[in-house]
This record gives sequence, C-alpha cells and structure tokens, in this order.
Amino acid sequence: MAEDVSPFSHYPPRNDMSSRASRRFKEEAIRYVLLATATLSIVTTLGILLSLTGETLFFFREVSLVEFLTETEWTPLFAIKKFGIWPLVTATALVAFIALAVAIPTGLLIAIYLSEFASTRVRDVVKPVLEVLAGVPTVVYGYFALTLVTPILQEFIPGMRIFNALSAGIVMGIMIIPMVASLSEDAIGAVPQALREGAYGLGATRFEVALQVVVPAALSGIVASAVLALSRAVGETMIVSIAAGQNPTFTLDPRVPIETMTAYIVQVSLGDTPFASLEYRTIFAVGIMLFFLTFAMNIFAHWFVRRFREEYD
Amino acid sequence: MAEDTGTLGRSAAVFKASMQWRRLKSHFFVVLGLLSVLLGVVALLVLLVDVIVQGSGWLDWQFFTSFDSRFPARAGIKAALFGTLYMMVFTMLLAVPIGVMTAIYLEEYAGDNWFTQFIQVNIANLAGVPSIVYGLLGLQVFVRIMEMGRSVLAGSCTMALLILPIIIVASREAIRAVPPSMREASFALGASKWETVRHHVLPYALPGMLTGAILAAARAIGETAPLITIGALTFVPFLPEHPLDRFTVLPIQIFNWVSRAQSEFHHLAAAGIIVLLVVLIILNSVAIYLRQRLRTRY
Repeated sequence: MAEDVSPFSHYPPRNDMSSRASRRFKEEAIRYVLLATATLSIVTTLGILLSLTGETLFFFREVSLVEFLTETEWTPLFAIKKFGIWPLVTATALVAFIALAVAIPTGLLIAIYLSEFASTRVRDVVKPVLEVLAGVPTVVYGYFALTLVTPILQEFIPGMRIFNALSAGIVMGIMIIPMVASLSEDAIGAVPQALREGAYGLGATRFEVALQVVVPAALSGIVASAVLALSRAVGETMIVSIAAGQNPTFTLDPRVPIETMTAYIVQVSLGDTPFASLEYRTIFAVGIMLFFLTFAMNIFAHWFVRRFREEYD
Repeated sequence: MAEDTGTLGRSAAVFKASMQWRRLKSHFFVVLGLLSVLLGVVALLVLLVDVIVQGSGWLDWQFFTSFDSRFPARAGIKAALFGTLYMMVFTMLLAVPIGVMTAIYLEEYAGDNWFTQFIQVNIANLAGVPSIVYGLLGLQVFVRIMEMGRSVLAGSCTMALLILPIIIVASREAIRAVPPSMREASFALGASKWETVRHHVLPYALPGMLTGAILAAARAIGETAPLITIGALTFVPFLPEHPLDRFTVLPIQIFNWVSRAQSEFHHLAAAGIIVLLVVLIILNSVAIYLRQRLRTRY
C-alpha cells in the first residue's frame, strides 16, 4: 500500500512486460477505432449511391428511360401519369440562371471591391454582414421571397403570379452572394502582391490593376466559385418550395408557377406516400439526377482550379 | 501660342484627357462596388425589419407554451422548440465524437497514401451534396431499412451525417494549429501516440473544435429540407418522449405556416423566424467569442 502515496503512482509501471503488451494492444485498438470512424464518410457516400440507385432501378422497371428523357409532361401524382423529367429540369435551370445572374456579378464586384479598393474599416463592417447573410436559414429566405419580394414584383410586372421563378431566383441569388464573394475573394487574395505593384509601377490605375491584372490572374478560382454557386442553386430546396410553386410546367416564363427537382421531392415527402409505390420511387429517380448533376459540377470546379491555376512561384 | 507647344503639348493634353477618363473608371468602379455591398446590407436589414414588424406582435408567452393549432391565435411553437432541442442533442452526440475521431485519424494517424487521399476527396465531395439528398438517404436507410420510422432518432442520424463534413474540416484545422513541438515534447517524455493526442493535442485543439461544432449546430438547426424528406410531421400536438417518437422542428413549423394561405399564419411564421434567428445569433456569438479567445491564446 506504500506505493499509493507516491506522486507517480498513477503512471503505468513501464518495466512490466505484460503491461507493455497490453499498452501496445490498446494503442493498436485505438488506431483501428479511429480508422473505422474515418471510413464512415465512405460508407455515407456508398449509402447515398446505393439507396438512390436501388429505388431508381425499380422506377425504371416501370417507366421507360425514353419516356423519362423525351416526354415533356411530369404528372406522377395525377390519374394519367406521365414521367417526362424536362419540366423539372427547365424549372431548376431557370431559377438557377436567375439566381446566378444576381449572385455572380454582385458577389464578384463585392470581392474585387473589398480586396482591391475598400479600406479596412469598410471590410470590417461588410464581412460580418456577409457571414450573417450566409448563416440565415433557407426557410427564412423562402418567407422573404413569398411575403415581401413577390408582392413588390407584382406591382411592377404585369401577369406576375403569387408563385413564380423570378422572386425565388432573385432571393436565392441574394442567398448565394456571400458564397461567391468569399470564394472569389480567396482566389483574388492568392494573387501575389508583386503583380499588382508591377502594374502600378507601369502607371496603371486601380481600376486597370483590378480588372486587367488581378482578375485574369485569379480567373480559375473565380470560375470555380461560379460553378460551385450553380451547384448550390440547383440543390437549394426551401426557397423554391415556398416561393416558386408546385406546378411542373414546361416553360421558361419567370412569372408563372413552376416546380424544380428539389421542390418536387418536397411535395411528395409532404404527402403520406406509401413505401415502394411508384410515386415514392420517383423522388429517388429525381434525387439521383440531382446528386450526379451537383457532383459533376463540384468535381469540375475543383478540377478547373487545379488545371488552370496560374502559378507564380 | 498653342501652336508653339508643338507635338509634345498636344500629346500631354491627350494624355491628360485619357488619364481623366481612366481615373473616372476607377471612381465608377468604386461606386459599383459600394452598390453591390449595399445590396447585401440592405437585403439583410429589410429582411430583419420585415420579420420583426410582422412577427413581434405575435411573440407572447402563449406562443412558446402552445402546440400548433388550426386557429392562428392559439398556435405556438412548443412542440417545435422541444423537437429542435431533442434532435440537436442526439445529432451532436452522434456527429461530434465521430467527426473529431475522423479528424484525429486524418491528422495524427493516417499515412500519406491513396486511401487517405480517397477519404479526403470523399469528405470534400460530401460537403457539396445537396441537403435534400441526405434526406433521401435518411428516408431509405434510417426510416425504412433500419425501421426507425419518421422519428427524432432518424432525423438526428440524417442530420449528423449532413454536418459531419463541417465538423471534420473544423476539427482538422484545430488539430493542425497545435504546434508540433507539443507532440515532440510529449513523445520525448515517453508518452505513446494516444497519450500524446489525448493529453496534449486535444486540450489545445478543444476551443477550435468547439467553435466548429457550434457552427455545425447552427447549420443543423436551420436545415429544413432533409427533415421534410424523412417525413418529420408538420402537425405534432405532443412532445416527443422517446427517441422513436415523431417530432417537428422550428424551421419545419415555419415552413408549415408560410405555406398556409391566411396572412395570420404568415405573422406566426415571422414570429417563429424571430425565435430561430435569436437562437442562431446566440450560437454564432458564442462561436465568435471562442474564436477570439483562441486568437489571444496563441
């Protein structure tokens, strides 16, 4: 019992052979537990792929791929069922296009302004505002689009309906501005200072340095930010579910109700659709398209940055 | 007189004119930049003011202590508040340990080989998957195959997978910020790998990890789409008492009210949004405070 008084008694005895072996065993066990948790991310990806493809295969046993890709009506919830994906695709593209038309110019201008023109004081105010904008939940943006932006648009644009692509697109664009701004600013910040100083040395103005030297040098990162913004817009769900409507219409008119791919998944999920029914399977078929579309864009963005980055070392 | 200055004078005048134009472009650009910044600031202000104007009148004690109702005057967010709380507790219990352990593996244990690369690329890609796709995963795997039903537990598992990449990335950064000399000192004293990680790396990385976890929680609290997909019920006139009970959360309650046609429900939605935003502001302030403390320590 005398050992217990020793200040070192809580350390494991080091010269004991069996304890050394058990210590080594413990170390190895911990390594494998950690490895197992790290592998979970791969299991997640596999889970996404398997659960999406499984139900999608069942779906295409009942609906031909030709109908899926050539039909221009999408009415799986009606008596006469038609399964043409195009109304959902055009709706998604339309809203995403409007969102990018708002987010890319604004986000890029903010990025260039903040990194090349603005004083530190302006930057210290604007950056937190952008962070807050990025943190606002999408359901709040949906409320914003439906109850505030749409009524204003209705004042100015004749034929504007309560649910429409324009309002959802504009608000989605505002939501994506911080993302474009921060990714572009990262790219612009990576341009070496010497490049700017060289241009100033030749007598260029701030505008010329920013637009003719800095932006071209950061172009790969800026393009990547635009592609990632597109991916985000395509996958965005709540704004379009609330403000763009639930009418799958094959149109590019931004004033009428439409239904995006994500909004369709929400619409089916809100009803009590029985498992293993055809309606249940449609959302997985739509989901897998969504997954591969966004996946391709994300991969492309990362590849593009790596392929076209200007190296100045 | 003018002819006497010759070609030099003329080109100086031309230069002056073009210089004015070039400067003007710079000023013009500053105005454009300011307008863009203003768009963001104004959008945020308008959003906040509108929500407060529409919703603050409906924020009373009754609003917090009532369940949802067909009658706007009697509707409240009790079920949604408790649902959000329960879901977040389970989500964080699942996601934080797994995320931190993954980060420890990648930073401290993993060798530089194709498998590690594969895990890293995979995590980066998972971060870009639309949240509604996680909902489909949760619907198929947790709700259906594992038979959890449309329960708090199924929602938490789905949400945990969704925020895992955020926690992993933040935890890795926190671990990477621990100076190597700490590890070397620990090894020199005879500590094993795990003892080093457990007693020296983790305590130093803790504030950074905590910040990441809080930001991930903020993200999860605002997420709606994946929970709708797994079928989190929108009308829940009871409190969940068991992990397998059905539930609703704040953003779903807000979505439910926004989708109704009567304008009274839109006021309720605005009141719900105020509560949601206050929760998020508190979480973010804590994260910023922790980040600030972290900065002063190094």
